[in-house]
Formats: sequence, C-alpha cells, structure tokens
Amino acid sequence: MKNGRRAFMGKAFGAVAGVGAVASLYAMKKSWDPLPSVRSAGFTTLDMSAYKENELVVEKWRGKPIFVLKKTAAMLAKQTDADKARDVLVNGEHYMVCIGLCTHLGCIPGYRPESSDFLCACHGGMYDFTGMVTKAPPPRGLDIPPFKVDGNKLVLGEEGPEYKKMKETGITL
Amino acid sequence: MAHFTKATSVHDWINQRLGIDTVRRVMATEYWIPKNINFLWAMGMVLAITFALLLVSGIFLLMYYQPNVNTAFDSVNYTIMREVDFGWLWRHVHGVAASVVFLVIYIHMFTGIYYGSYKNGREMIWISGMLLFVTFSAEAFSGYMLPWGQMSYWAGMVITNLFSLGGLHADGIVEWIRGDYVPAQAFLDRFFMLHVLLLPLAIMGVIGLHFGALRIPHVNNQDGEELDFEKEAAKYKAGDKKGSKVIAFANDFMSKDLFVVGIFLIFFFYLVFFHYDFAMDPVNFDPADGLKTPAHIYPEWYFLWSYEILRPFSTNIGLMAFGFAQVIFFLLPFLDRSPNAIPANRRGLFSLWFWAMLVDMIVLTAMGKLPPEGIFSTIGLVAALVFIGLWIALPFITKSEKKA
Repeated sequence: MKNGRRAFMGKAFGAVAGVGAVASLYAMKKSWDPLPSVRSAGFTTLDMSAYKENELVVEKWRGKPIFVLKKTAAMLAKQTDADKARDVLVNGEHYMVCIGLCTHLGCIPGYRPESSDFLCACHGGMYDFTGMVTKAPPPRGLDIPPFKVDGNKLVLGEEGPEYKKMKETGITL
Repeated sequence: MAHFTKATSVHDWINQRLGIDTVRRVMATEYWIPKNINFLWAMGMVLAITFALLLVSGIFLLMYYQPNVNTAFDSVNYTIMREVDFGWLWRHVHGVAASVVFLVIYIHMFTGIYYGSYKNGREMIWISGMLLFVTFSAEAFSGYMLPWGQMSYWAGMVITNLFSLGGLHADGIVEWIRGDYVPAQAFLDRFFMLHVLLLPLAIMGVIGLHFGALRIPHVNNQDGEELDFEKEAAKYKAGDKKGSKVIAFANDFMSKDLFVVGIFLIFFFYLVFFHYDFAMDPVNFDPADGLKTPAHIYPEWYFLWSYEILRPFSTNIGLMAFGFAQVIFFLLPFLDRSPNAIPANRRGLFSLWFWAMLVDMIVLTAMGKLPPEGIFSTIGLVAALVFIGLWIALPFITKSEKKA
C-alpha cells in the first residue's frame, strides 16, 4: 500500500515535470526564433527602372548581397533557352537577379563588365552573365532570391508566381 | 544531529562543521598517483591552470566588452586595447590561452592514445575528455565571434551554414541558430551568452566529471602496469615510501606537477608578451562587413585538421567526412579491440597506427592553412582519405594484436 502510494506520487510528479519540461523547451525554442522585427525587415523593394544596361548593382536583402544586372541586347541574343528561364522580366526588360554569394562556400564573386562574367576570388569559380556556372568548384548557378514582380517594382522576400515556377522547375533552390 | 564539542582551534571549529580533514584526505593526501610516470602526466594540471587563466582574463574583458554589432569591435580594439589600463594584457592572455589550451589538449589526447589510457576501465575518462574537447571547441568558436571583425563574421557565416546540412538545404535551422537571415545582433548576443555563461558552466561541469572518472580506475602509468592501489597505498602509509609504487597526490605529486606548470607558464607568458600576434588574425582587425568576403577564410590552427577533412570533397560527402571526424575519437575505446593497455611502441602495428595518425593530423593541419590549389589540394585529399582509412583499419589491426 505504502509503496503503491509512493509510486503514484512519483508518477504524478513525473507527469507534472514532463509537461513542464516540454512546455519550457517549446518556449526556449521559440525564444531563439528570428524576431518579428527581423522577419519584417526581410523584404526589399527595388525600382527596376533605375538600372543601366551591363552595369552590375549590388543591393542588400536580408543582409546578403543581391546582384542586379540589366541585360544588353547583345546578351539577350546570346542566351539559350535555359539561360532565358533564369531571367527576371519587368516591363519587358530582362534582368539577372541573384544572391551574390558563391554557391561553393559563400564568398562574393566580382563582376567583370568587359567580359560580362563573374569570378570568385576565393576558389576560382566562374559564372556567366546569367549566373550559370562556367568553371567549378561551385555546385550550381547563383541562387535566385524569392521575388514578386509588382509593376515597375520588384519585391524581394515575397514569392510571386514567376519565382514559384522557377523553384518548381529546379532553376533555383 | 551530530555531536559537537567545544572547538580547540579555528581549524577544529571548521572541521567539525565541514569535515575539511576528510576532504583533504580524500582529495589530496590519500589520493594515489603511480610513481612510474613522466612530465606528460602533468598536462591535466597545465590545462586546469590555463582554464583558470582564461576565466580570470575573461572576467576582466567582460567588464568592458559590449555585445552590440555597432560597438563590439571598438569596445575590444579601442576601449580594451587602448583605454583600459592593462586591458591589452587581459586580451592577449585570453587570446594566447585560447590557442595554447588546444595545443595542450592535443598533447594530452595523444599521450592518452600512446599509453592506452582509454581502456580497461578508463573509458569514461576518455569520453568525458572528448566532451571537454567538444565544449572547448564551441567555447573557442563562440569567443571568436565576439570582436565582430571580418573573420568573426565570416567564420560565423560559414560555420552556421554547415547546419543547413548540405544537400538538405535546412535553411530554417540556420536561421533559427542565428536568429536572423545572416549573423547580426541576435546572433552576436546569443553567442555572447553562450561564451560567457552556458558553455563555461558546461565546461566546469564536465571537468568535474572528468576528474570524477579518474577516481576509481586511477591514473595510468608509463608501462600500463595494473597496480593494486590499495596494497601500494597501505605500503606507503606504513612508512615504506620507497617500496611503494605510488605517492600521494598532494603535496608529493603536486610539487612536480606545479614544476611543469611553472615551465609552461614561462613559455606561455613569453608568448603573451612577445608573440601574441600568432593568436590574432590580422583580417579580424577589419570590422565585420556582410558585403565583403575576405579572400581566404580559414579557421584558427586548432580546427584546421577537421576543416581540411571537409574541404577536398563535394558538399555532402565533405559534410559526412567532417561529421565522421568530429565523433570518431569518442569511439576510440571501442574501436581498439586489443586488451593491451600498454605503450604504443610495444603494440606492434598499433605503434605504426599511432604515428601515422599523428603525422596525418599534422599534414591535414598544414594543408588546411594553404589555399586549396594544385598539389596542396591533392595532398589534402590523400591525407583526409588516410584519416578515414586509419579509423576503419583500427579494429582490424588491434584485433590481431597479441596479448602482451
């Protein structure tokens, strides 16, 4: 009888402590989540009419560099279908919009306007003007950030239909 | 309640209430250390002293350091280094000790491996020691974030990126760890907390476990001789100090321990005063900039060997090799199938294994520092494969080892 009562008290304590432990772990996990202010600052709106052809502009989105390159007619003529699928179209103009971090180890590649390609100084990886890899070690082309076309503007951080399509077809991750 | 008598002295008064004589006997005068050891047995004490140096210098740094992305860099490089009297001393002691502590940890580990001090009852010493290696690594990494220079930022970026688990692209975990999309205020604050509170607490707890794990199996000796500690202790206590194979931890053994510590401290402060720069990466004297990557990102020297195991492979295989390297040392007591706990030089093939592992880790360290180009990346790849191969071979070569 005595032992039965002790065992019950032990189990009752275990149950209370268990619920408390799980609840505290949940609170601890949530406390480490990015804050609402951090999340709401996770959107960048770009006015796409301001860019000049073959001039790379580095914007900032979620603390990461974003490459924006308005393509020239000569570039468009050279593009294959696979290249075209990576283009972001705003008002009929073609843009390359990519996260400017090498997909190898996250260094920032530099743009060379004369040869219109990117060279990553860290490990010698190269990308063409569409952001596709032309020389290893990068495992894939530059990633495209989530975007939504809104008239003349491009909102980074929101997933528009064009972006969702790119993701489905595996053009970007 | 226990019976208390009128105290005859301050010592007696305290002893009746706290039992300090018993504590002293258990911890010092009747804690037995074999005589047949060498200076390598003093590394534990050297580590304890280095940890104390880190703690004290850290307390002084903590009084002026500001964990804020706008002020952190200046609070270290201006306030502590130029304004605070002797601020430079605390920083250099802290930086040099953080580097040297790993050198001594590696010596301590390889001493254990050489003399077989991880088996036949000493498994928990090894495992708790490996836990200390992991917690010290986390402590070193979190501390490296705090000056918020370019290397802090980019090391933080690259290391937290590892948690996306390569091909799994678990970016949610990475953002959760950072509390932001990139290392920023939330990241700096939480790594500050980890560095000054949670990890030091964990380290102190595990040090307690490490010491406790030593208690029952006792310290190993140079010949791996199995001592009957009770018998030898009885001999010692009966006055046959010469015939006994053991001595008391304090003050007998301690005096030798502290002599080695003294020599270590001369070397240590020589580094602090004249060669502190080896522990201070020049790139980290540029403030953190998320839009500019340093040309070469490499970790501090003590992480280079595991970095080099990650680097020569493609992302996923590299991560797996890296994960393997992080946990495999834990399994040493179980992968070594031989019952012999004797020095490596008397263990046949294992002797080769020991030296091959040591040389391989030195090669990995050297290659990790060099840019991964041409012949260096080939040597790095071979060394990484040799590392993995040696661990796979270990159970087989130890299994066929003859009983000594």
